[in-house]
Formats: sequence, C-alpha cells, structure tokens
Amino acid sequence: MAVDEGLKIELGKQGVFVTTLQELYNWGRRSSVWPMNFGLACCAIEMIATTMARYDLARFGAEVFRPSPRQADLMIISGTVTKKMAPQVVRLYNQMGEPRYVIAMGACAISGGPFKQGYNVLKGIDRYIPVDVHIPGCPPRPEALLEAFMTLQKKIDAQHLTGEERPRHLDAEAPGMFPVPEQGEHDLEPPANKNVWTVPVVIR
Amino acid sequence: MSASETRLVGRDGAPVMDVDGDLLEVSMGPHHPSTHGVFRMDLALDGEKIVKLKPVFGYLHRNHEKLGEEHSYLASMPYTDRLDYICSLTNNWAYALAVEKLAGQEVPERAEYLRVILGELTRVQNHILSVGFLLQDMGASGTPLMYGFREREKILDLFESLTGSRMMCNYMRFGGCRVDASPAWLDGARAVVAALPAAVDELEALVCTNEILMARTQGVGVLPAELAINAGISGPVLRASGVNYDVRKVDHYGIYDRFDFKVPLGDHGDVYDRFMIRLLELRQSLRILEQALKDIPGGPVMDPKAKLRNFRPKAGEAYGRIEAPKGELGFYLISDGGPNPYRYRVRPPTLVNLTVLEDMCLGHNVADVVLILGSIDIVLGEVDR
Amino acid sequence: MKTVEEIKAAIEAAVPGAGVEVVPNPGPAAQHSLLLKPDTAVAVATFLRDDTELALDFLSNVTGVDWLDKEIAEKVKVTRTVAKTVDGQEQQVEETAEETQKRVEPGYLEVVYHLYSVAKKHGPVVFRMRTGNRTDMVELPSMTPVWRSAEFQEREVFDLYGVAFKGHPDLRRILMWEGFKDHPMRRDYVEPDDFDYEPTAHDEVLKRAQEHQAALAAQKGGGE
Repeated sequence: MAVDEGLKIELGKQGVFVTTLQELYNWGRRSSVWPMNFGLACCAIEMIATTMARYDLARFGAEVFRPSPRQADLMIISGTVTKKMAPQVVRLYNQMGEPRYVIAMGACAISGGPFKQGYNVLKGIDRYIPVDVHIPGCPPRPEALLEAFMTLQKKIDAQHLTGEERPRHLDAEAPGMFPVPEQGEHDLEPPANKNVWTVPVVIR
Repeated sequence: MSASETRLVGRDGAPVMDVDGDLLEVSMGPHHPSTHGVFRMDLALDGEKIVKLKPVFGYLHRNHEKLGEEHSYLASMPYTDRLDYICSLTNNWAYALAVEKLAGQEVPERAEYLRVILGELTRVQNHILSVGFLLQDMGASGTPLMYGFREREKILDLFESLTGSRMMCNYMRFGGCRVDASPAWLDGARAVVAALPAAVDELEALVCTNEILMARTQGVGVLPAELAINAGISGPVLRASGVNYDVRKVDHYGIYDRFDFKVPLGDHGDVYDRFMIRLLELRQSLRILEQALKDIPGGPVMDPKAKLRNFRPKAGEAYGRIEAPKGELGFYLISDGGPNPYRYRVRPPTLVNLTVLEDMCLGHNVADVVLILGSIDIVLGEVDR
Repeated sequence: MKTVEEIKAAIEAAVPGAGVEVVPNPGPAAQHSLLLKPDTAVAVATFLRDDTELALDFLSNVTGVDWLDKEIAEKVKVTRTVAKTVDGQEQQVEETAEETQKRVEPGYLEVVYHLYSVAKKHGPVVFRMRTGNRTDMVELPSMTPVWRSAEFQEREVFDLYGVAFKGHPDLRRILMWEGFKDHPMRRDYVEPDDFDYEPTAHDEVLKRAQEHQAALAAQKGGGE
C-alpha cells in the first residue's frame, strides 16, 4: 500500500518520515545492484568504459563488479553467446543467488546480431534464461548501458512484495534452476528452453 | 563438466595426471576476471608451480571466416571491426590491403595518410589500454586503467567524429577511405596528439619505477628469440625478445617509408620488456602521428576507379598483412571471380602468440600466469574469430 | 629474393624426388605457390627453413581450403549404330552426334602455408599440399615439428576441415567442443535446422526458414 505523496511531503515537513516496507526494500535493492564481472565480447569493453570516470556507473550504486556469481545480483550478457559458451552462461546464472537480474547488452546477446547465421552462435540468450532488459546496439554506447540500469531500477521499484505479480525470489513456486543445455553432436540440446522462450509473433 | 573434458593430455597423448597423484588440476576460465574475455586454461599444478598448461579456445568462435565466405567483399568489412574489437581500424586496413592486392587497386595519397593517422591512433589507444589492463591484473585495481581509459576516450571521440562510431569504425574501403577528414578534425587530432606525451609521462611516472611492478615482472615469462621466431610470434612480444622485425619496416606497405621512426627492442624478453616495449612503441607512434598530421596532402580519399558494389575481383589469391598493434594481422583471400570470396582467412596474431604461453609459464607461480597472459595482450574476438 | 621457379630448382637439387609443382596465381597479386607431395613435404619444409639463402624461418599463416567435387560437362563426338528406316527399309546406320558427357573431377582438401624470413626479411613463399579426396584419404604431414607456429593453426584446420595431420603432437578439436561431429568450414556443411524465428530473413536463410515452417506445418497436420 503506497502512502499518499501529498501526505508524505506534509509529514516530512513535520520531521516525520513515512514509507512502506515495500518502498524501503525496493529502494535498497535498486540502489546497490552488484553486477557480475563477466565480459563476453566487444560489448564488454563498452561495459568497462561505462564503469570508468567519464560515464561513472558508480552514480547508480552499481560499480561493485563481483567476479563470483554468488556475490552478484546482475548479469550483464555483454556480447555474443556462442554455443560453446552457452552452457557456462546458464550455469553461472544458476549459481547466482536471488534476486537476480539479466541485462542482454547488444545485438548479439539479444538475437545473435550480425553473427546470427554462424554455426556456433546462439540466436539470443533469452532462449535459455529470462532477460529483464534488452539494449540494442553493436555495441551499445555507455549511455545506453546507463539507460538500461535506470530501466532496471524502475523495474525493481515497481515490484510488489506480495500477490501474483511478486518477483521470483519471493515466490517459492517459481523455478530457481534453469536446465543447462548439453553440447550434442551437431547442436545444443535442446536448442531452446521451451519454458523460458516461445517463438515471438512478428507483427508486420 | 565431465572428467574426460578436463583431463589434461600431454604432447605424447598420455594424461599428465598419472604421475603420482600429487598434481592439482585447475580449470581457469572461461569465466575469470583476468583472462581478458572467455579464455580458458587447463593447468596442472605442483603446489603453486605450473607443470602443464593447455589453453582451451573457442568460447568466442563466431564463425567469422564462414560468414566472410557467405557475404560479399564489402559486406565483410564491418565484420572485421569485430575481430580485435579494440583496434577496429587496423583490422579494416589489413582487410582493405589484402583486397587491394587481390584486385590490384591503388590508394590515393590522402587516404594513405589518413590510414596511417588512424592506424597509429589505434595503436596508441591499444597500448595504453593494454598497459592499464596489465597493471589491473597485477592487482593495481582501477587506477592505472582509469588513466588509460581517460586517454582512450579522447581518441575514441576522434574516431566517432570521423567515422560515426566509437569502436566499430568500418571506415576503410578498397581503394581508399569512406569519408574525408575535415580541417577541423585534423586540428582536433593535432591537439589530442600534442597532449598525449604528457599523459604518457604521467602514466610512466606512476608505474614504471614501482618496485612491486619490477619484482613481479622482471625475469618472469622469458621468451627466447629462437623459440619466438619458430613459433611465429609477432608484434611487441617478438620485439621484446630482441628480434628486429616490424612489418611496417619489412613490407613497406602504405607510406611508412616516409616517416622517421624507430623500432624499440627488448633485451630479456620478459614481461617487463613487453610492457616497456609497448610504452616505447607508443611514443614512436606519436612521432609518426606528428609527421603525418603535418604533411597530410589534399586530394581525393577514394580512388575514382574503385568499385564497391558488384565488386568481383578476377580469379586468384592474395595474402596481405600489416603490423597491427598486437602483431602481424593477415588476410588470405581466394577469389573464384564471384561476388563472394571463395576462401576468406584471417591470420590472427594473438592466436599464434598464444602458442608459447605454456613455454613461458612453466615453472612459474599461478599468479604469474595472469601476468604473462596479460603481457601477450590477447583479444578473444581475434583468437577465436 | 628467388622466384618460385628458382626455389623449385633449389628444392629439387636438395631433396631428390621431391616432385614440386608450381601453381600459378593468375591474379594481380602474383603470389605463385609450390605444390608439395605429402610424402616429401617435411623434408622440403626443413630445407626451406634451414637453407642459408632462403632462411624461411617464420611460418605466418596456415589455411585450409575445401575444393568440392567438380562436375565438368564436356562435348564429345560419339559414333553409334542406330536402326533407321531409310526408303521404307530398316537399316543399320552409323551416326555421329555431339553429346555432352559429365565427368566428375574428385574434390580435395588443401592446406596453404605462408612463409616469411625474419633473418633475410623477405617473403612470402607459399606452398600447399592436397589430400587424396575429401572423405577417407585426408591425411597430410604436420609442419608443427618444423615450425611451432603451425600447432594451433593446424588444429584449427583439423577441427573445421577435417584434415588429419600426421605427426602433430596434440591433434584435438580447438574451436568446437569435443564430441562435435561435423567440419563446419567445409562448403557442403549444413547448419542445424534452427530457423524458428527469422524476422528479417532473406536469400538462403529465407529459404531455410520457409522449409522449416513447411516441415513444422506438415508435422502438426500429421499429428492431429
């Protein structure tokens, strides 16, 4: 239940701070998203550039890059996911603790991008794990990654702690582990996780 | 991961684990903060000492060569940007050079100058970055890399204002360059180049006399010259071992003969030498840049006879190579007279440079592997293609 | 530097029975190459490396090339006896006609090596080797004992083209995973049928996507 904005301001003037647990909880989570120190390809260089002085990702509380998936909340898929790498990406995602988020950075992570028709390139990481924010670009500029962070923060802010819409980590029924694809004789098996990915409908 | 997958196999095909069970097997990567991307090494350790090291590739194998054979000559140009994604312009240059050899094309004077200017700017930003990353691997977390990125951003701004993209420039064409540089851009480049020596001084003063740096790098990962030549090592790694071989001086491609610059050479071939060679090369690149920006003539940037659409070179083959910041980057093309190359091959400098990784690491500690790998300066987009 | 013909003569003087052929390059680059016989190739390579005048100590590039079976259509004059009715009588008449006959020239896998000299600063010298066919006679001698730089590049040719290098110290797949069965750089390689979602397909991809959709529809129709 949200507090009326006007009332909140009025109370604030009297020195009383009012909030809901949900707001406080989401504020804390969105202000300290720790990304995983995980670079795949070209986009990783732009991801590093984003953390450097000029673009300063620290303004969003997200400069603490953690090499271990156990300590990270956010996986930035920064680059092409090959079929040789895809099982490792899914395994790393499984090793992250909830709540966890995924940003698919760049055309390759979204769909395979310019390399889509390659025999060893996965046609988008959302075939195996759920993705929260997609950023197009090849590579996306650092500003685009900042925009993705802001989008993710808005998304976290809007999450309800209870009810049907509650996030996965508060839902005991929600799946926590995602099956790791096997490397077969000709292709990954299965080529997509049907529970995560369905063929999108193209509206022309 | 199954046991058979990580099983180390020696040169004779026998598993190395069968000694007396004292060895520890470690799989380092493909997710590791210091492997510069998705690179993996299978190590066998005796305590902290490396007994065996086998690199595992292919985690970024994006089928560059197959796609090159499915696309027209021109359509492959943007793909070359993504080979060594830190140095897109030198990749463009190597590919353009190979196609020009294949088709027998000429490049106008101004375009040659622009290629040199952009190629050397690329070398400067690559070397600054590689020094920054090397120190990052050593544990100097953040600060030197921040210095490197600060300078790199200035050069990227130049790239962006000329080519439209920070990283993936897609600028060169067969027979010239895509767009001309305005006088304002050249003035901007002169200003950036004039300010760079001071920045390099600053970086050098910060790190070069550092005792920890010397202790960690001197005498580590020594590469003898004979092995380096036999293993096809190129670029700063080869020259750090004291071999005077720079494709810019040997092949006389482009207009490098017109510039006065030296090829710095190392004495010991250790990590410290490779690190210093990059800093010295960077200063030589700044010298070339000063000369090129002073002498650049007017004129067209594209050969008027050059054809980009429906480009079908005569049947034949050509191998063109340049001195890319990481070593000898070559393209081998076979044409059958069609619109697509029959065979499109990239000779990646860093894949070949990794041949000697095991030789350099044997007997050193695990912590040194990261440094030795950093001193080869790999980019996985090029290693795996 | 010596021309290809001079190098050929030098090789034949040094390695008896080398049987080197010159493969001309008709393009403007004019980088002609030498075709080596697999059984003498290692001796020739060692000579190229160790000869004081050539001193080709730097192996730069190793490339695999796949040449498919070629179907060659030739016009041949054929004479045959035909039964014909001439003037109301059946007769055997000899007739000469021009016919197109198809002849299949077997394909092969080729490995191309580019050599330079660090000592003498010259190059490139190009040599190539060819396999017997594309299926079972795919063995070639490895150049890794002569030049270490061939180690990873030959592994790559083995992985992507399926050329088995004899004498290679560590011949495993390098780019694709262990257990992968195909050689994807071969020109007749067919990608796995994974064309569920192709919003911007064209040309070959569009064809594959349409085939995939048709197969899916047929499967659905049969299942119901």
